[in-house]
Amino acid sequence: MQIGEHLASPRSAWTSGRGEMADVVVSSRARLARNLEGFAFPGRLTPEVAAQVLGRVQAAVQGFGSGWSFVKLSDLSAVDRQVLVDKHLISPQQMQAPELAALAVRDDEGLSLMVNEEDHLRLQAFRPGLAVGETLAEALRADDGLEEKLDYAFTPELGYLTACPTNVGTGLRISVMLHLGGLVRTRGIAQLLQVLPKLGLAVRGLYGEGTEAAGDLFQISNQITLGQTEEEVVAAIERAAQQIIDQERAARRMLKERALLQTHDRVHRALGVLRYAQLLGGEEAMQLLSELRLGVEMGMLQVSPEAVNEMLVTALPGFLTRTIGHDLQTLEERAARARLIRERLHKEVI
Amino acid sequence: MQCQSCGLRPATVHVTRIVQGQVEQAHLCAQCAQESGEINILANPAALLQSLLANFAGQGQAFQTETEMRCPSCGFLFNDFRETGLLGCPSCYAHFRSELEPMLRRLHGTTEHRGKLPHRRGGAFERDRHLQAMRRELQQAVGREEYEQAARLRDEIKQLEAEGG
Repeated sequence: MQIGEHLASPRSAWTSGRGEMADVVVSSRARLARNLEGFAFPGRLTPEVAAQVLGRVQAAVQGFGSGWSFVKLSDLSAVDRQVLVDKHLISPQQMQAPELAALAVRDDEGLSLMVNEEDHLRLQAFRPGLAVGETLAEALRADDGLEEKLDYAFTPELGYLTACPTNVGTGLRISVMLHLGGLVRTRGIAQLLQVLPKLGLAVRGLYGEGTEAAGDLFQISNQITLGQTEEEVVAAIERAAQQIIDQERAARRMLKERALLQTHDRVHRALGVLRYAQLLGGEEAMQLLSELRLGVEMGMLQVSPEAVNEMLVTALPGFLTRTIGHDLQTLEERAARARLIRERLHKEVI
Repeated sequence: MQCQSCGLRPATVHVTRIVQGQVEQAHLCAQCAQESGEINILANPAALLQSLLANFAGQGQAFQTETEMRCPSCGFLFNDFRETGLLGCPSCYAHFRSELEPMLRRLHGTTEHRGKLPHRRGGAFERDRHLQAMRRELQQAVGREEYEQAARLRDEIKQLEAEGG
């Protein structure tokens, strides 16, 4: 598969809407940070040496067999790189410093490798729904394959050495993306956001850092990478995710019991606007898609979860600009967003 | 509770600092906290993380000479870490160990890796990990004055070390 096909489609490994607990959990991801022995970290590499790192990684990735694409980020336009950020295949930092960086991605986008980001390697496995253990297993298998050919920077005391000491040890960051539309609407979210950091878990919005969570999508992840085994991290995240799922489901039950008609109304209004609007701003689209998602998750609408996820990616600036083929003026951008969402919704039987 | 700095507004920011083993607490209002530089209110989380790291790192001992500040492998200056939160190369961990250890303890609660070992080179690391655990046991046995147990551990450690060549 060519990288162009990845860029042209809003589909990704996490957008299928299937999997365990898919009424709350959008996706699970495991990310491993690794560095090569004998090289400075990417931030301190000259272009020549960075190219050597890239060459070694590329050779090792060939061991994964066919079904992979490899692309240097400097060969892509800024818009194309933004699409990869929107699909969570590269990080915003990498998008801004593309000179030495590259991406290797499996055709289904369920496994990918960022090269020369903050670390030489960032290996990530992605699955829809709650599948934390499976994503870890997949990432570790790929890691074993790479390790046969690459000498990692590792010490028995500190584990895998990373550019930032917040990742040292296992180099493992597990994250789960959750749609907490019920908790946001019943005002239960603030309490949750206060409790999670005390359990050693970080919470952030899915798109945009900080406390802003567009579309009521939240990402929880482990903060500690040293002193815990990979399995312990998985267990902690699973436990926390399960508790959040229970709370979100309780919040939705409360909506059904106490505000059934109002919830039905909001969800269907969102569907109506998304189906017929001619202009849609980014933030507005995010909000409407969250209402729609909640309606789907609560069994009030027959739209597929896959369509909701694809519309989400479609509504982001990167994908939109790429589809239109040039930089967008505000009005034109809003028109294009509305059109793409209408077209996707018309494919659904409602 | 009122802000300890201005005494006017309610304290909403509670800062716990550990300076050379002493715990200090400050109760401030958001405005005074921001003015005092205690917090960067989430304008830029990446910058916040880096300033936190820099603060942790700042608690280490001062370097005596320019050579000590520089990683011999990559030439990285530890001062740069205080600004970026990123190290220069894998060897920086060994060279700046005494500066990094207190910070790792603050971040992770420990300085000991317990997770995966690289497969291909893992055998030697497994033995090292085992040896370390036994040395700890030995120390504990001595501390408890269980000398028979300590002697047995000492012999086992010697044997393991000899096997490792």
